[in-house]
Order: sequence, then structure tokens, then C-alpha cells
Amino acid sequence: MKFLENLVIKKIRPNFTEGGKFENFYSAYDALETFMFTPDRTTRTGSHIRDAIDLKRTMMMVIVAMIPCLLFGMWNVGHFHHLSNGMPSEFWPNMLYGMIKVLPVVVVSYASGLGVEFILAVKNKHAVQEGFLVSGMLIPLIMPANIPLWMVALATIFAVLIGKEVFGGTGMNIVNVALTARAFIFFAYPTKISGDIWVTEPGIVDGYSGATALGDLALTVGKAQNLPEVTGIMSTFADGGAYSLSNSIMGIIPGSIGETSVIAILIGAAFLLWTGIGSWRIMASMFVGGFTMAWIFNMADANAFMSLPALHQLMVGGFMFGMVFMATDPVTASQTNTGKLIYGFGCGFFGIMIRVFNPAYPEGIMLGILFMNIMAPLIDHYVVAANINRRAKRLKLQTA
Amino acid sequence: MAGSIRIKKGKDIKLIGSSEQHLRAYSSPDVVALKPTDFVGLTPKMLLKEGAEVKAGTPVFREKKNDKILFSSPVSGEVTEIVRGAKRKILEIRILADKENRYEDYGTADPKSLSKEQVTEKMLKAGVWPLLRQRPFSTIADPFGAPRDIYISGFDSAPLAPELDFLIKGEEKEFQAGINALGRLTKGKVHLATSSQHKGHLVYSGVQGVEKTEVSGPHPAGNVSVQIHHTKPLNKGETIWYTYPQEVIIIGRLFLHGKYDARRRVAVNGSMIDKPDYQDVIGGSSLKNIVKGKIKEGRSRLISGNVLTGTQVQEDGFLGFYDSQLCAIPEGDHHKFLLTEGWLSPGLNRFSMSRSYPSWLMPGKKYDLDTNLNGEIRSFVMSGQLEKVFPFDIYPMQLIKAVMANDIDKMESMGIYEVDAEDFALCEVACTSKIDIQKVIREGMENLRMELA
Repeated sequence: MKFLENLVIKKIRPNFTEGGKFENFYSAYDALETFMFTPDRTTRTGSHIRDAIDLKRTMMMVIVAMIPCLLFGMWNVGHFHHLSNGMPSEFWPNMLYGMIKVLPVVVVSYASGLGVEFILAVKNKHAVQEGFLVSGMLIPLIMPANIPLWMVALATIFAVLIGKEVFGGTGMNIVNVALTARAFIFFAYPTKISGDIWVTEPGIVDGYSGATALGDLALTVGKAQNLPEVTGIMSTFADGGAYSLSNSIMGIIPGSIGETSVIAILIGAAFLLWTGIGSWRIMASMFVGGFTMAWIFNMADANAFMSLPALHQLMVGGFMFGMVFMATDPVTASQTNTGKLIYGFGCGFFGIMIRVFNPAYPEGIMLGILFMNIMAPLIDHYVVAANINRRAKRLKLQTA
Repeated sequence: MAGSIRIKKGKDIKLIGSSEQHLRAYSSPDVVALKPTDFVGLTPKMLLKEGAEVKAGTPVFREKKNDKILFSSPVSGEVTEIVRGAKRKILEIRILADKENRYEDYGTADPKSLSKEQVTEKMLKAGVWPLLRQRPFSTIADPFGAPRDIYISGFDSAPLAPELDFLIKGEEKEFQAGINALGRLTKGKVHLATSSQHKGHLVYSGVQGVEKTEVSGPHPAGNVSVQIHHTKPLNKGETIWYTYPQEVIIIGRLFLHGKYDARRRVAVNGSMIDKPDYQDVIGGSSLKNIVKGKIKEGRSRLISGNVLTGTQVQEDGFLGFYDSQLCAIPEGDHHKFLLTEGWLSPGLNRFSMSRSYPSWLMPGKKYDLDTNLNGEIRSFVMSGQLEKVFPFDIYPMQLIKAVMANDIDKMESMGIYEVDAEDFALCEVACTSKIDIQKVIREGMENLRMELA
């Protein structure tokens, strides 16, 4: 690619380096140059050779893992749109409608997030870091399809600015950036992220009220299990119903863009595990934690929500998506191997607990993960302390 | 008595350009240099001036704080030049070498009949004492100290490392004499780590007076810290002395032949070397004759030592005091376009310890790695990467962070005394965020050493 290299590096770069016309915008230029070319920097101290992996490759792998969810989500949006308007659901019209609805959200998310990062990089004269490549794709996937675009932009700007940049940028944030965006909308504009917003232009046809599985389940809390409206809702979860186990696993249920299809998520999980980028410890322990809590609820059986079989409980809502893409964010999760097991368990356990106990928060997973993000350094502290104590004990034995 | 340890974490990086078992004849160097920068924490004080005549074994400079630690010339000739850097720091002491070496006579002796003080005295006077280093801190061993044990790593597991039987064959008597001398220096044991995975380990089968440990596993199994950690971990307040086979031979030569004979066998290899092989040289030898005509066309980097922990040298430079390898790899100072060689490329030729490039599906493949950083420096993002190549019961990332924060209590309690910068070499290679880990650790340990002094 010599001609490209000559064009960019020899002709365009001098405008941005010292003495050039746009030298104040070097960070912005540098971001684009390093996107196209791995820099010619060589090792100066320490090891003379380095692994070929870098943060850009890692982020790319995660984006590739999210593509099945994105594609399915687009189809799903189109599918429910057509069904709720009494139109036939066919593959290509669904995809087309879905693309028209979803791609703007993706574009707005990347544009606002990268915009904030570029502005801050130019202002503070540091390099634009790659962290947002993944968050920018995660944010649309956890939004409902017809979220107003200005809201996406506002939430993204908030998440990048307050959730990440204020702490020092990529690698320094305490809470998951994408979840911060969702939490922002959840608390600032709650009617736009839960309730009757799941299907675009809902309800001219019976049966498509626009609620989600969890929204309906939340309605059963506080009511006796044999009431007709409760049994009516629960029957939709039985085989053959709208929220049956097989539909939940396939993902043909209303929900946020990327979180419905367990199969698409598992394809992504398989890719992340195969490349070694996703932590199997977090995924496995979160599954166990969620299952444990759901099972405890099954035993308690105090209301219809609790009676939903444990596996089915995990297949609806954002649990699987949170497990594979949110909880595994290496910066905000626990960083020791033992810590990851405890952290993942906590995410699943508390996530399901919040979801079932409080009908106002049908999406407890988001809060469960955010809570464990805050707890993660504490978990690591104690894991490392155990190591330190082991060493101190050995020292004591030696000098005794 | 032989113990055995199995190292599970680490990685053998397979590079092309390993040495053929072919030995080029010894050729005496024109110039030799002693580099005080090869020694951690050394402040040199010259004993001779430019123009002084020396024999092989004549002390040239000493440690400023301890006037007993002497550094001798490895050749006979004349001190031609003292090269200084910023603030008059001595970088090199160049000695023009005679064609034939004349040696200082230190007298032969059987180490078994000597006391600890007598062995120490002899080694100090001849200038071979610096061959012994100590842990923690990897400084030259303190002659007045009492080490818990002495460790010798009998094999080198680094990429392209020289093979044992080629280094030691024919000098088994000298090796044994060196072992006998070391045995007098400690009340503890002299540990010798061998590995049946590396050719030529049988050259140690006849050695007496050592506690042998059979080590299996990938690099850094050959690192002394790993061997110490898995046999008897080092506690705060203890010291261990350590050295390597060729150094033991040099010590043995002093006792058997009464002279400082600094010859060593060096592997000259790497993908940028034409017909990689071995050569007998004098320690500190100038590199010009060793690599003349052997470096291929193109931009290359010459390294004294191995690719993980060695120092960059120029063709007109000199071999490091402790080095037994000279490696030349391509200099990677060109941009890599994302689709062909960069981060979006299919990457069948890109080496990675992660599984993010399909090259991991070909485990036996050998690579031609260059010196490109392959990314930019970022803050720590990925976790669990460093632990995979760090075979210690220590948390590497948390220790590195404690060093960066200069939190001395934390560093101590997390086990900084048990490791050295070289143990983090693989971590540095694997790190996605391209952090200069060895530099961080080295500087941190220097700060710690100064604090404690």
C-alpha cells in the first residue's frame, strides 16, 4: 500500500504536525492515521519483539461477535413492526425496515461518542483511544428500536463524558460505559425505555400490546397466582405462547434491538471464547449465579413471576446479552481470575434478584452489573490480600 | 538428590534463524570493552588511566562503594579510550588487544581445600567476582554477605538461545572446579537446574556437589527466579546468589589454571544473520569481526543477549559482560497497513499469544518477528493476559501497578523481591496495551534498592 502510505504520511501529515496549518488538530489526524496504519514505532526498552495483538484488533473481535445480534435485531424489529400492523412478515422487508430503524441509532451512537472523544483528545492533546469502538456498537443494541435519536446522542455523550473521560479515558472507567448510557435514559426518560414502547406504532392488531415479556411479568407481581389476568400472562410463557421458551431462545420476542436472540448471542459468545477475548469465568459464573437466584425464586414461589422456570427466566430480557457482552468488559470487571468468578456470580445473582423483586425495574440485569462493577475492585482487593497473607505467613514461618 | 519442577505458564516463542551446530574458529579481537552499564547499581572508579598497559586479569576499575570488587581486563594490551556520556558517566573502557594474550598469574588452587574467605579473596583479586550476582535486585553479589543458596540455571529457554552441549563440551573439569568454588561460598546448597527438553543436558550428568533440579515447561523456565520460586521461594531479607554455566567455567579456570580466561562461546543467530552459528570470543569483544559479512541486507537490529531481555548494540559495539548470544532481527520501523499487515489483516504470519490471529492454529510455526511495537501504548485494559505467561504465585498486573504508583509497602507484600525485570519479558510481549513493563519494573526496583540502602 505504498501509494496510500505516501499520500497520507508524506502529503497530509505535515499539515498536522509541528508547524503545520492544523497542528492543533494533530490528535484527530493521528486517530485516523493509526486507524489506517499501525505506526512505525519500534520497541525502545525491554523486549525487542512484541505480540501482534493490539487494542484495535481486540475491539474488532468484539464488534464481529456482536454482528449476529445486530442482524437478528434488525430482522426482529421489522418482524414485529409488520405483525403489529397486520402486514405479512417476510425476510427482506423485515430486514429493510429494521435497517432503516436501527442503522441511524448506530450512526448517532458512534458519531456522538467519537465526537466527544475527538474533541477532548484535541483539547487535551492526547491520542484518541479505542475504547469507544465497542461501546458505540453496544449502546444501540441495548436500546429499543424507536428510541428518539436525540436521546441516544444525549445518553452517549453523558456516558462517554461522565462515565469514562472524567476518570481518565479508556481503561480507567469504573462502570460500564454502554450500561451508563442505558441507565441515563432509564432514570431520565423512563417511559422511553420500558413500558409500551417496544413495537413501533403498536397495537392496531390484537395481541400486540407493545409490552415485553418482562413488562408483562412485572404486572403479575403482587397479585395472587390464580387470578385470570395472571394466568393469562403466564400462559404466554408456556409452549406455543408468544413468549415460549423456544421463542425466547430464538429471539422472536419484542425487546431491545440486540438482546432478544439467545442463539445470536451464543454465536457471539462462542466467537469471544474461541479467540480468548471474552472471559469464560465471568460468563459461566454469571449463568450459575442467575440460575441459582432464579431457582431459589422457583422454590419460594411467592408470585407468578417467581414461578417462571429458572432457565426460561434467564432466556428472557437482557440477561444473556449482559452476560456475554456487558459483564465481560475487562476494564470494569474483576481483574483477578478468582475475582471474576465471584464478580460474575454476583452479576447474575443480583441481577435476577432486582428483576423479580422490584416490578419497577424489569431490567435488573443492567443494575446488577453496574452494582458489581462498583464492587469489582473490592473483590480484587480481597483476592490479592489472600495472596499477600500467604506470603506473609511463609515469611513468618521462615523467620520463626 | 534430584528434585523436579514443572512449569505450566509461559510460552516458547519459535523464531527462525536458530544457530546451526557449527563452530567458527576463535579469532582474537582487535578491541575489547568493559561496560560499567552492564552492571546494575554500579558506580565505577577507574584504577588505571588511558594508555596503561594491562595483562588479562589486571584490574581496570573497581566498585566505588566497595573497593574489594574489582573488574579485570579480559585481554592483554593497552587501555586506549574511556568513553564517557552525560555527566561524565563512564560508558565504555576500550582496550586495544594484543594478538596473543598474556595473563596475570593468580596461582592455581583446589577450591575444596580453601575456606570461604580464601575463595572470595581469590575471586575478588582476579576480577571474576562480578560473574556472581545476587537476588533481589540482580546487583553484583556482596562479598561480605551470606547467601541462603546459590542457583545456577543450567539451560537457557529464551527464543533462539544457545544449546548447552555446544557451550560446555570439553570444559567439564573447569565447570566442576567452578562448582566446587561456589560450594565454599554458602552454607546452603548449590542448585543446578537442568532441562531434558534442551539438547545436551547430559553434559551435567557427572557434576558433583550440586542439588539438581529437573525443570520442564516453556520459557521462562530457564529464569533463575522461576527456579527459586518453585524450589524454595525467596523471603524478604534473604539473599540468593546466582550465575550461569559459562560464568561457572570462567571461575573454574581461575582455580584450575590460575588465570582470568574470559573466553566464551556465543551463538550468533536471528533471522537477519546469514548462516547462524557459534563462535568462541572473549567477553566484551568488539562485534565488528564477529558479525562481519554475516548480517543480511536490510534494516536490522543487533542485540547483545536474547530478543526478550537483550540490549541493542551497533555493529561497532561490544558484547555485553553476561551475554552468550548475539541476535539480529529485522528493524520494524515501517507502517503496517491495516488490511495487509495491520490489525484487520488475516494475519496468518502474525505471531500472537492470544488467539486473535489465525496463526495460533499452526502451533509449530516459526516466525520472523521484527521490532515493531504493533500498536500504541495504552492504559491496562485486558486482564488475565499476563497471568498466562507469568509462572509465579504473584499477581503480575497488580504488582506492576504497585510499582507504577511507587507504593513500596504494596510492592514488598506482593512479592517484588522474588522477581526481576527479565521475568516480566513475556508479559511485556503479550501485553495488549504495549506497556514498557520491564522498564517500569527495573526502575521501580532501583528506587526500592535506593530506599533500602
